[in-house]
Amino acid sequence: MKRIVVGLAGNPNSGKSSLFNVLTGAHQHVANYPGVTVEKRQGSCRYQDHEIVVVDLPGTYSLTAYSLEELIARRFVLEEKPDVVVDVVDASNIERNLYLGTQLIEMGPPLVFAFNMADLAQRRGLVFDLEQLSRLLEARIVPTVGNKGEGRTALLEAIVQTAQEGRKPRLHTVPYGGEIEEELARIEGAVAQKEKELAEKYGTRWLAVKLLEQDEEIVAKVEHREVLDVVDKSVRHLRGIFRDEPEIVMADRRYGFISGACQETIRNSVERRHDTSDSIDAVVTNRILGLPVFLLLMYVVFWATFALGEYPMRGLEWFFGWLGTGVSGLWPAASESWLRSLLVEGVIAGVGGVVVFLPNILLLFLAIALLEDTGYMARAAFVMDRLMHKIGLHGKSFIPMLIGFGCSVPAIMATRILENRRNRLTTILVIPLMSCGARLTIYSLIIPAFFTSAWRGPVMWSVYLIGIILAVVCAKLLRLTIFQGETMPFVMELPPYRVPTPRSVLIHTWQRGWMFLKKAGTVILGISILLWGLAHFPRPAAEQLAGLDKAQAQQVALEQSLMGRVGRLIEPVIQPLGFDWKIGTALIGATAAKEVFVSQLSIVYAAGSEDNTDVLREKLRANYTPLVAFCILLFSLISAPCVSTVVMTGHETGSWRWAAFQFLGLTVLAYVITFMVFQLGRLWM
Amino acid sequence: MGKTVMEHSQVRSLSAVKTGEKARLVRVNASRGLNSRLASMGFVPGVEITVVSNGHPGPFVIVIKDVKMALGRGVAPKIMVN
Repeated sequence: MKRIVVGLAGNPNSGKSSLFNVLTGAHQHVANYPGVTVEKRQGSCRYQDHEIVVVDLPGTYSLTAYSLEELIARRFVLEEKPDVVVDVVDASNIERNLYLGTQLIEMGPPLVFAFNMADLAQRRGLVFDLEQLSRLLEARIVPTVGNKGEGRTALLEAIVQTAQEGRKPRLHTVPYGGEIEEELARIEGAVAQKEKELAEKYGTRWLAVKLLEQDEEIVAKVEHREVLDVVDKSVRHLRGIFRDEPEIVMADRRYGFISGACQETIRNSVERRHDTSDSIDAVVTNRILGLPVFLLLMYVVFWATFALGEYPMRGLEWFFGWLGTGVSGLWPAASESWLRSLLVEGVIAGVGGVVVFLPNILLLFLAIALLEDTGYMARAAFVMDRLMHKIGLHGKSFIPMLIGFGCSVPAIMATRILENRRNRLTTILVIPLMSCGARLTIYSLIIPAFFTSAWRGPVMWSVYLIGIILAVVCAKLLRLTIFQGETMPFVMELPPYRVPTPRSVLIHTWQRGWMFLKKAGTVILGISILLWGLAHFPRPAAEQLAGLDKAQAQQVALEQSLMGRVGRLIEPVIQPLGFDWKIGTALIGATAAKEVFVSQLSIVYAAGSEDNTDVLREKLRANYTPLVAFCILLFSLISAPCVSTVVMTGHETGSWRWAAFQFLGLTVLAYVITFMVFQLGRLWM
Repeated sequence: MGKTVMEHSQVRSLSAVKTGEKARLVRVNASRGLNSRLASMGFVPGVEITVVSNGHPGPFVIVIKDVKMALGRGVAPKIMVN
C-alpha cells in the first residue's frame, strides 16, 4: 500500500475543516505543532490501495512571514514536502481565495484545487469553465461541497493521480510585469550562483520572489552579503518606480493574474444582491442590538454548559460515589488499609472530581461548534472587539474568559478559537483569574461564617470583580511586556451564514471530549495520587491515635503527613498574610482542586463530616478575624491554579514553562496583593 | 493603476465614505505587516470598496471582491480611497 501525504491549505472560512472531516471521517487526531500553540489536525483514509494522510494546515490568506500560522503552513509545504497540496477554495469567492493559490503555485508542490461550496457558487449564478481554468493554473480542479460530502471520490482520485505524476516543471509562472521580472531575474542569478544550497531546496524563482518581498525568514537564511546587496538595490529601484513597497505591487500583480484567469473562465450571471446574511447582520452587528444579542447568546452558552450539564454531572458524581463505596466495601469497615484509601480517596475521588466535568465540556464545545459553523463567531468577535482591543486582546478572547467563570479547564481548551498565538497565550494565562465554580465552594464556606447577610452579596461580588480587574490588568501588562508586538488591527471576514452539519459539529465536540478524558486518565490521575500520598504519609504511630475518635484521628494523621509538615514549614512565610499553618495546609491541598480547601480545613479542625459545615464555621469564627477571612478569599481567588488547569495550560501551550510561569506568577501576585490587603487592613482594624 | 485616477479626484480616508457609497482604494498607510495582510485579503490599489455600514460609532463593514469584512477601530482611517 502506498502512503500519500496531503497538506490541506486554504483561506479561513473556505470550508476547509468540513472538507477535512469529509476526507478523513473519524480517523483523525488533534495535537499542537511542536512547541507552538497552533492546532495540528491530522487524519487518514484509504482510497483504492493508497493510504492517504491528510494534514489540515492553519487557515491563512497568504504565506508570508508575518504570522506564525502562515509560517507553519508554508514550512510544512517547503520542509515536509507533502506528496500533494490541496488548496481549498471557496468557489463563491474565487478571486480572493486564489491569492493563496498563486503563492502555492510559486512554491511548486504537486497541487490540486478543491473548488468548495460549489453549490453556493452555482446559486450565486457563477458558471465556471473548469477545464480552461485548470489549464491556466496548471493543476487539477475538483468541485466539492464539503458540508454535504460531495466530490470526495473525485478529489481523492485527483490526489492520487497528482501524487503519481510528482513534481513537474510549470509552463508558466505568475507574471509580475516587466520591471519586477527584470529584478527577479537579477536576484535569481545571484541566488543561483552564491546560495546553491538554498536554491536547491526552495527553487530560485520562489527565493527571488520572497527576497524581493523582503521576507524576514528568507532574508535571514541568506549567507552571502552580495546577494542581499543585489536585493536591496532592486528594492530601492522598484520603490522609485512604483512609490510603494515591492511586496504591495507584487500582491497587486498576483491579483491581476487571477482576475485575468477568471475573466476568461468564469461568468457571473447574477449581480450580488442583498441576501439573508445581510438581513441577519443588520440585527446582530447593529450598534444598538449587537451587544444585547451577543450577551443573550453567551448566556445561553453558559446556561447550557453549566445548568444543562448539571444533570449528567450529578449522574457521574453519583457513579463515582457509588464506585467509591463499592470499592471501599471490599475491605472490612474498620480496616485502615492504605490501599483502600489510595483507591477511594486518591484515584476515584481525584479522577472522578475531574471527569464529572465531561458533560460540561461536551456541551460547551457543542455550543462553540454551532457558533463557529453557523458563522456567528466572526460577528461575536467583532461586537466585543472594541472592548477587548483596549486590553490588547481579540474580540473572541471574551468567550474563553466567560467560560472561565465555570471552570478554567474547558476555558483554556476554548482558546483554540483564537488564531493568533500571542492572543491565545495571553488569554490562557489570565483565565484562572476568572473565578471558577470550584472556588465558589470556598466562598460559600467562608463568607457566611464571617459576614452578616447584608454584606455577603457585596463581598462575593467584590471577589469576582477583583478577579476580572486583575485579569484585565494582567492581560494588558503581558501584552506590553512578554507578548509585545503590534496588535494586528482587526480586519475580519464576515462569512455568509450557513446551516451547520451535524457530522462536523459532532466530530468537533467528540474530539474535545476525548482529549479531556485522556488528560484525566493520565497526568491528572498521577498528580491526584501524588497529592493523596502527601496528605497520608508518613502515617502516625498507632499509640498516637489511641482513644481518639475518627475526626481527631484524621486531624492527627494530616498534621503528621508531609502536607501538614509543609504547611507548618511555610507558616512563617504566610503569616504576614494573616494565615496559620492550618490554612497553609488547606491551601496546599487546594492545588489538587480548589474545593479540596474546604475538606482539608475541616480535617485540620477535626470538624467532622463535610456536610456539617456549621461546626467548621463556628471554629473558623473563633480563630480568625473577618480580615483574615477576606484574605483567604483573595488568596484562593488569585493564587496557584489547580492541577488540572496547570496540566491543561501545559498541554495547550505546548510547553510546561508557560504552565510554570502561570502557576508561579499567579501565586506571587496573590501573595503580594493579600499581603498588602492584610497589612493595610490591620492598620484600620 | 490608481495613480492616474488620483490626479482627477481627491484622496480621502475610507472613514469619510458614507454608508452605501463606493470608493476605489489608493493605498494603505500602515505598517508593512498590516499592509501585506490587507493586500492578501484583497486590499490592493484600484479595488472597489463598498461601505455597507460606516459606524459612527459602531461597526465598520465593507464589501471587497464580494467578501464582507469588518474593520476594527483605527483601520478605516488608514485606508486611503478616492
